[in-house]
Amino acid sequence: MSNHDKIYSTKLQDKLERSTVLLFVAVALAVGVAGIVEIVPLFYLDSTMTHLSPNVKEAQKSAGDTAPIVWNRKPGQSLDDWKPGDGVRPYKPLELAGRSIYIREGCYLCHSQMIRPFRDENDRYGHYSVSSESMYDHPFQWGSKRTGPDLARVGGKYSDEWHRRHLRYPREVVPESVMPNFFWLENTKVDAGNVADTMKVMRKMPFYPAPYTDADIVSAKDAVEGKTELDAVIAYLQSLGNQIKFTEGVNYRD
Amino acid sequence: MEATQAMPVKYDMDVVRWFTIAAVIYLVVGTLIGVYIASELAWPFLNLDIPYITFGRLRPLHTNSVIFAFGGCTLMATGFYIVQRTGAVKLWSNGLAWFTFWGWNLIIVLAVITLPLGMTQGKEYAELEWPIDIMIAVVWLAFGLNYIMTVAIRKSSHIYVSNWFFMSMIIMITYLHVVNSLAIPVSLTQSFSIYSGVQDAMIQWWWGHNAVGFYLTAGFLGIMYYFVPKQANRPVFSYRLSVLHFWGLTFGYVWLGAHHLQYTALPDWTGSLGAAISLAMIIPSWGGAMNGMMTLSGAWDRLRTDYILRFLVVSLAFYAMSTFEGPVMSIKTVNALSHYTDWTIGHVHSGALGWVAMVSMGAIYHMVKKLWRTEMYSDSLVNVHFWLATIGAVVYVVAMWVSGIMQGLMWRDYDEYGALTYTFVESVSAMHPYYAMRVVGGAIYNLGAWIMLFNVVMTVRQASAAHRTNAVPAKA
Repeated sequence: MSNHDKIYSTKLQDKLERSTVLLFVAVALAVGVAGIVEIVPLFYLDSTMTHLSPNVKEAQKSAGDTAPIVWNRKPGQSLDDWKPGDGVRPYKPLELAGRSIYIREGCYLCHSQMIRPFRDENDRYGHYSVSSESMYDHPFQWGSKRTGPDLARVGGKYSDEWHRRHLRYPREVVPESVMPNFFWLENTKVDAGNVADTMKVMRKMPFYPAPYTDADIVSAKDAVEGKTELDAVIAYLQSLGNQIKFTEGVNYRD
Repeated sequence: MEATQAMPVKYDMDVVRWFTIAAVIYLVVGTLIGVYIASELAWPFLNLDIPYITFGRLRPLHTNSVIFAFGGCTLMATGFYIVQRTGAVKLWSNGLAWFTFWGWNLIIVLAVITLPLGMTQGKEYAELEWPIDIMIAVVWLAFGLNYIMTVAIRKSSHIYVSNWFFMSMIIMITYLHVVNSLAIPVSLTQSFSIYSGVQDAMIQWWWGHNAVGFYLTAGFLGIMYYFVPKQANRPVFSYRLSVLHFWGLTFGYVWLGAHHLQYTALPDWTGSLGAAISLAMIIPSWGGAMNGMMTLSGAWDRLRTDYILRFLVVSLAFYAMSTFEGPVMSIKTVNALSHYTDWTIGHVHSGALGWVAMVSMGAIYHMVKKLWRTEMYSDSLVNVHFWLATIGAVVYVVAMWVSGIMQGLMWRDYDEYGALTYTFVESVSAMHPYYAMRVVGGAIYNLGAWIMLFNVVMTVRQASAAHRTNAVPAKA
């Protein structure tokens, strides 16, 4: 039988072990530290975001690179006035609808959207991904597994028609593929009300809200009129990765 | 640690019995879904062109059913069992425990309905939509409050080590679930995370890795610290080691999430910090594994006859192996190869199948005998289950190691002309034999789970029949 008054460890540990409240408080503090050190700074350090990073600005300047990282939208411009290379922009209505379907179908479980700064990934997928490229992605779609290839820069790589055939019956185009058939996405029309509501939610976000104007939201109805879910997914895929014009030799990683 | 014999306490064990049975059922269901989605990757026609069962929709159902249904019911069964017995008191509130049981199972039913319908927040292991997230928070707090209050009213002077681990799990999972799940709803069945991009990624993996670190490690270490000494009938090897290991784990685990994002757009300092602490975590992790293993000193011969002890010891071996593998994979140069490949899946399953599920099985067999005051219906079936689980886990993990490392090497291979040697799809077709092998490993493991379910059901039936016949003469 152990002696209940004897201290087997340290005085502090013994005190904690005798008191539910003290143990609770000590644990609550111990598990809190990491989040404060690792996560909180990501919200305020400029170096976290490519478009805010002083080092990236410096690197761009010395290379004579004037390409914007984030789209600087002029008053009166619509989302359709954006051109590839103008910088990161919020999704157009049909793309946003496609993104919701991408999430619904769990595409992110097999496809990453995050190219790492390695030679082979550069050759296979393109320029490495930078943080500002996913600033309007609530939630992020970086993924954790490549059962299929990375999609961060798939936009413009294949024609719409290729995507249509591939999404409908992947093995018709790529015989070795293990992707499910998604021909049934063609049977459903995009819900315009849901797209407008999603845009309103994205505009309300406390962190990196999408700068949609009222006109953008009104335009959603016409933009998705008559489009199928398959059209929306294709529009989303074609929007990926061509937003920033990267300059050779500039280090975009702070 | 046990109630003093002089003062018999009538524990609230009915709710523990129900959680135990539920856990065994969910083990069968969760691993069965796993086998099915593994088959979909090996033979994609199995998606059957039915939206509700495509890989992308069923995979979250697999992870949710094994982690939250099987793991959750196991944690709640063992938690309520341990907290009463180590404190020599009944539960603070039996009613709240039943609320936890029905609430948790309602959440599981809702997950089974909503995930195949594609209702998801799209964050791994936190897919459930916001109304269910709120229910999870409420039920989890009910569980936590009941647990901590039962610790508070304990009769023993000190809080037993298992309860430290359970408390750290309860506190940390509350933080994680609330912070990670914050979202703005579009409708009742759709919402979007308030975070985006890099911040969302870090918060998600802070959640993701600590669902592993606290839910699947701290909680199950709590199980280990009670059931290993009980089953081996030996005291815990080292009390001091348990103190060091507990605080090392509690403080350190939280930092590791960043290692899931090496070389991504996450700032390098965050990833490096995560990797450094990941390496240091070998020490507390192995402290726990050693403490469990060494508890058997002097009782090793019992492994020959005690099949339940076999589960517990092999689970510790898998735990030691996975907690060595994890830090290795967090090193940047290794991670450059392993990230995005099946190696990660293999690592997760050596932890999940080998450690979490095996320690649970050992604990559940132990509890079933105590809860129904009986021997197992068949001890040899326990042994059969042990071998099926061990072989199934090994086959699964080896398949994923080979396929993962092969993927990593194929993706980065260059030919003599400086061009990429393989197209992506060549790596996909090269995976086929390993994906088939994974199905075999998973199916073996799942077969073991069916045997466990059969054995447990027969044991309970046998026990109830025995109690009925015993009761008759007593009344007469």
